[in-house]
Amino acid sequence: MSDKSKVIYLLVIFCAVAAFPFLYNSLSTPVNAKIELNTPVIDAMKVKQCIVPKEEMRRDHMKILNRWRDEVVRDSHREFGNIDGVMYEKSLQRTCMHCHSNKSEFCDRCHAYASVDVYCWDCHLAPKENKP
Amino acid sequence: MSTGRRQFLKAAGVTGLLGLVGSPLLKIFAPGELEASSEFREGAALTARRWSLVVDMKAFPTEESYTKCIEACNYTHNIPRMDNEKHEVKWIWPETYEHAFPDNYDVYLSENIESMTFLVLCNHCDNPPCVRVCPTKATFKREDGIVAMDYHRCIGCRFCMAACPYGARSFNWRDPRPFTKNVNPLYPTRTKGVVEKCNFCADRLYRGEQPACVEASGGALIFGDLKDKDSNVRNILRTKFAITRKPDRGTLPRVYYIIGGS
Repeated sequence: MSDKSKVIYLLVIFCAVAAFPFLYNSLSTPVNAKIELNTPVIDAMKVKQCIVPKEEMRRDHMKILNRWRDEVVRDSHREFGNIDGVMYEKSLQRTCMHCHSNKSEFCDRCHAYASVDVYCWDCHLAPKENKP
Repeated sequence: MSTGRRQFLKAAGVTGLLGLVGSPLLKIFAPGELEASSEFREGAALTARRWSLVVDMKAFPTEESYTKCIEACNYTHNIPRMDNEKHEVKWIWPETYEHAFPDNYDVYLSENIESMTFLVLCNHCDNPPCVRVCPTKATFKREDGIVAMDYHRCIGCRFCMAACPYGARSFNWRDPRPFTKNVNPLYPTRTKGVVEKCNFCADRLYRGEQPACVEASGGALIFGDLKDKDSNVRNILRTKFAITRKPDRGTLPRVYYIIGGS
């Protein structure tokens, strides 16, 4: 069996290639998926409450944004009243980003972690962030 | 005491009903809740059955007077200033009489008209050809007459640009962001590959404000409801002779021009 050494070499190379992603992930620093909620506007709020409960927002924000988009653009329904009767303008730039003025620490962190590529910012402008 | 079948069903029904409506009812009638806050925007929305615009040319004596309107629009909507004329994006722009009213042009017209500069924009037609040709319904007509665009749906086919007889539509050949110097942070930009045009400032109307160009015009542009017989635009059109651009195209434009006379 003269091919024995060849087989062993190839087997070692195969194992190294197959194990590479696992090794790479275990050695590299993990992606920070923790979103930052402390912006000046949110810090100044007496009751820190988003337009709908946090869990619902976390799960359904993309659906809410899509629904808002269609209602505002096509039906001219620009007002949103939440369960407590507080009224908001359905606007990404004027309402969402007014409080969450930290796109890079709020939107981007989680989207990067989940590998979600959104095209909101092709047109919509993110608030200016003062980066150190 | 034994419970009959009838009694049991009744009790079950009442309990079920209470469970369904009880807690929402309690929430509605609880004191202090459901107070709609009205401070989230300044004025009440401006509404109309048919928005239209009247351009009073006598009130535009100088270049400065109409440049102010164009600049107000450019800032409000983040219109880019392209360095290549072929990539130009415009919502409201100056035009000569010959170009604005080619059907009525004649070489022997008054010199006064030759030197005039006309502000032209989307006519928000009653019979808009751009809406008819749009394959994705990205351009559509709102109930108040505004021909609006949904940039999320635009695929950039430019059928609407071919259909519009007024050249009121611009295509984004390039990413407009680097060419937008003075940015209004409260309004989006557009992206490469979509068509854009004037929207009669639909979002400003919602906040109770006049369109940006009208506000900057100092009374030279008059914006109002064409279906209200006592509105400002109807009163002007009743007393002064006004023309529209290319009326023979059958698009029923809703931007009127008062050129002279009283």
